[in-house]
Amino acid sequence: MTTLPDPLLSHPDPTAGHVHDLGMPAADPIAAAVAAGGDKQTALKAKDFKTDQEVRWCPGCGDYVILNAVQSFLPSLGIAREDMVIVSGIGCSSRFPYYMNTYGMHSIHGRAPAIATGLAASRPDLSVWVVTGDGDALSIGGNHLIHTLRRNVNLTILLFNNRIYGLTKGQYSPTSEIGKVTKSTPMGSLDHPFNPISLALGADATFVGRAMDSDRKGLTEVLRQAAEHQGTSLVEIYQNCNIFNDGAFDLLKDPATGAQWSIPLVHGQPLVFGPDGGACVVRDEFGGLRIAETNQVDAAQIVVHDAHREDPSYAFALSRLSHQDLRYTPMGVFRSVQKPVYERMMADQLEDARAEQPADLGALLSGNDNWVVA
Amino acid sequence: MTGTIPAGTPAPGGVNDEVSSAPGGLVKDVVALDRVVIRLAGDSGDGMQLTGNRFTSETASFGNDLSTLPNFPAEIRAPTGTLPGVSSFQLHFADHDIMTPGDAPDVLVVMNPAALKANLVDLPGGGLLIADSDEFTPRNLAKVGYATNPLEDGSLEGWQLVAVPLTSMTTDALSGSGLGKKEAERSKNMFTLGLLSWMYHRPTEGTVRFLERQFRKKPEIAAANIAAFRAGFNYGETTEAFAVSYEIKPAPMAPGRYRNISGNQALSYGLVAAGQRSGLPVFLGAYPITPASDILHELSKHKSFGVRTFQAEDEIAGIGAALGASFGGALGITTTSGPGVALKAETIGLAVMTELPLVIVDVQRGGPSTGLPTKTEQSDLLQAMFGRNGEAPVPVVAPRSPGDCFDAAIEAARIALTYRTPVILLSDGYLANGAEPWAIPDVDSLPDLRVEFTTEPNGSAEDGTEGQFLPYLRDPETLARPWAVPGTAGLQHRIGGLEKADKTGNISYDAANHDFMVRTRQAKIDGIAASLPATEVDDPNGDARVAVIGWGSTYGPIGAACRRIRRSGRSIAQVHLRHLNPLPADLGEILARYDRVVCPEMNLGQMAMLLRAKYLIDVESHTQVRGLPFRAAELAAVLQDVIDAGAAPAGAATTGGHA
Repeated sequence: MTTLPDPLLSHPDPTAGHVHDLGMPAADPIAAAVAAGGDKQTALKAKDFKTDQEVRWCPGCGDYVILNAVQSFLPSLGIAREDMVIVSGIGCSSRFPYYMNTYGMHSIHGRAPAIATGLAASRPDLSVWVVTGDGDALSIGGNHLIHTLRRNVNLTILLFNNRIYGLTKGQYSPTSEIGKVTKSTPMGSLDHPFNPISLALGADATFVGRAMDSDRKGLTEVLRQAAEHQGTSLVEIYQNCNIFNDGAFDLLKDPATGAQWSIPLVHGQPLVFGPDGGACVVRDEFGGLRIAETNQVDAAQIVVHDAHREDPSYAFALSRLSHQDLRYTPMGVFRSVQKPVYERMMADQLEDARAEQPADLGALLSGNDNWVVA
Repeated sequence: MTGTIPAGTPAPGGVNDEVSSAPGGLVKDVVALDRVVIRLAGDSGDGMQLTGNRFTSETASFGNDLSTLPNFPAEIRAPTGTLPGVSSFQLHFADHDIMTPGDAPDVLVVMNPAALKANLVDLPGGGLLIADSDEFTPRNLAKVGYATNPLEDGSLEGWQLVAVPLTSMTTDALSGSGLGKKEAERSKNMFTLGLLSWMYHRPTEGTVRFLERQFRKKPEIAAANIAAFRAGFNYGETTEAFAVSYEIKPAPMAPGRYRNISGNQALSYGLVAAGQRSGLPVFLGAYPITPASDILHELSKHKSFGVRTFQAEDEIAGIGAALGASFGGALGITTTSGPGVALKAETIGLAVMTELPLVIVDVQRGGPSTGLPTKTEQSDLLQAMFGRNGEAPVPVVAPRSPGDCFDAAIEAARIALTYRTPVILLSDGYLANGAEPWAIPDVDSLPDLRVEFTTEPNGSAEDGTEGQFLPYLRDPETLARPWAVPGTAGLQHRIGGLEKADKTGNISYDAANHDFMVRTRQAKIDGIAASLPATEVDDPNGDARVAVIGWGSTYGPIGAACRRIRRSGRSIAQVHLRHLNPLPADLGEILARYDRVVCPEMNLGQMAMLLRAKYLIDVESHTQVRGLPFRAAELAAVLQDVIDAGAAPAGAATTGGHA
């Protein structure tokens, strides 16, 4: 994302350096506007990403922690604020753009990936982010999410998963566990929930990660890798809604239980976890993965995490280790592979078409079959 | 059969018999006609649309004025030989300026019994009927309920029937081609085209070139089609079945370079031109839908113009991506038909709120719901006007003819870019697939659509801090807000669907601000009327007491009806709207001049309702929703009744639905 060739530079103004007016058409007006905006400042601090808008999440909401983490780590990416665009949908998380001193659009429910796709596809020079929630991304916007992932548009998608509808005051969401008692499900919800990581891998997402809102270090590390990834990155962030679903992730957050049920994913490291490394991940007889006690298996049997495996079935198997009750939840980067990026391929097609036949509007309008009336 | 076959409507005194000598010793008459309407009808798989398009191209290059009406089923291949599978193509061409594809054919070509059954009702008595006798088999006759063969049982006595074994003559002509019988039969449409080309003295080189191009990778197929085409032409020249051929002289047209163009093609070119004239990259987000898909197909060919086309996962993503591109500084476009507009409504509202340029093309088709996907209608007008939550005014622009789709597309882009607003361009299925000769415009004469992106701070904060960017600080004249594209340093801002505070664009729930912003957004759209030219009123006699007002594709039939009325010695004024929202500033005053105002529409009176509401004028609605354009003769009769009934509106204000 940060290292993409700037399309504005790949079409240099042919008149640059000439002293005389050659009567050439003006350069791309977008490039001209960007150039007129002046020098890009990339030596920034966290406060440079804050806006003058009062943050209006509920006191104690996990969203504050995520906002702080993002603002703190962004300067390390070296992206100018004006080159970053955050697009969101509807929901608590989708207020995020208002608090970031970048370009932003708070759009409509579920549609942020579609809007961001159009922006990223036509402006490969920008760093485009999507901030969404479990209802926004997986319910009303599920279609856009999976199609964006399969296209591999260069986007970084932050999916705040609090397993509840917050802004509409507490209905169950597509990630709520079965039996969830909410305002709309007084006798418990009947829906089987999505596992967002499994869903993304099913759509062949090239980058999939998971982090916890309160784990600044772990969250920052996953975000950094996601931002640097070329293509669509999906980061599921477990986020506590202290009003409607408080403590949803306590099993993983509580120091007493967190180590027992979290599986840290570190590329190149064996998947050993739990107090004193007592548990590990090994292959099962069907080609999937299972949990074992470390002292019951040979060290060679323990799976060494490989986020770069081309075949998504390994990452998918990892995503299936966890249960609805959060036991055995892998945290970190599940998959990070390189594939052609959508907007780059689109730009290449434009280049190829220009090389084959330069644009000539008069010739287009005239066509091949025409006649003259004198 | 021998003897002269009446075809077309010879102009009084315009018939000019000549005699030509064909090879083979036959002496054949040449009859001059001023106009002809031909309808080709066959099975969906018979290639009637291709044949019609080729005949149209030949006719266009010959210099006749023309208008076409393709009419095909929604099913790609309905069961062969059945009524639902019948596809037809009607072409009207003349030695003078014409406005419609013709009310009824003079010549009907039917490739099978189903085509005969579906179309005979439209062929006036005495009309020429050419039928492929090979296809009138007991099995095919039974499929459509003919107990006996109409080609032989005398039931077609009222028409000039010429039964020709088109299929077997085609396979005979291709016997040495190496093609199998089935494959050879597929060329029967080219045999038919050859025969018609002879009958109407069409040039043939264009079709030969076309076939060579089309089947470049299958030279044996190209050769077979060309052979069938030539065989059909030679058959006409040598057979005794056709003793007469017809000549329709080129139509006088204003000097210039012309081409044949369909509405969807012209609309696509208009969008490409708008991109070129604005200097902005064009981004089309679209989902395939009949009858708009051809715009997606066409624009996807023009990547060299910087046109990006994105086939989205659904209608909503199509417009979402287009709006995202507009945020980035592109000319965002989405193309669809009525059902798609329904799905896009929420995003159109977002574009209204974020005040970004966006062109939404609605190629209307029969509704509601899936309705009649391949038939035309004008029933999305009120959806375009009001089909959103909240007060969400959107400019609406409508083309009047296939070629006019080019100018209408540029006008839609002009409004979108100047006023920073979504604009709905209301085409329809008839315009989309219909074709006409088009005077190719000079590129330099096209409107200059350049925009100025904002690159500097434009105001100060409430606390007086200078050097702020206020994304909702409006241009005092157009009320448009500044367009600052991402990447421009110092102008970072956030927009969205929540109500905006005036000037700053921050979220605001303030009551007075909301009232102000709702009224401001409406005033911005209403203010577009100031940029529109004076409304043209076509009243050559200058003494009309009745005006007819229309919009969109009814222009041709209404215009042709007005000509008939004027030829009968009566006066009528014609007003045809390009801008449906806002309406032109002078329209109310114009309509008030007339004793009676009639509004024909292919819906149940949507524009009439708007006009009555806005101007308190007793507009009389005449409506039809048959999935087909109005017939000029029927419209003329309706208008003539209104004129002859005198000044006082008689009885109910609504006629209609009976056509």
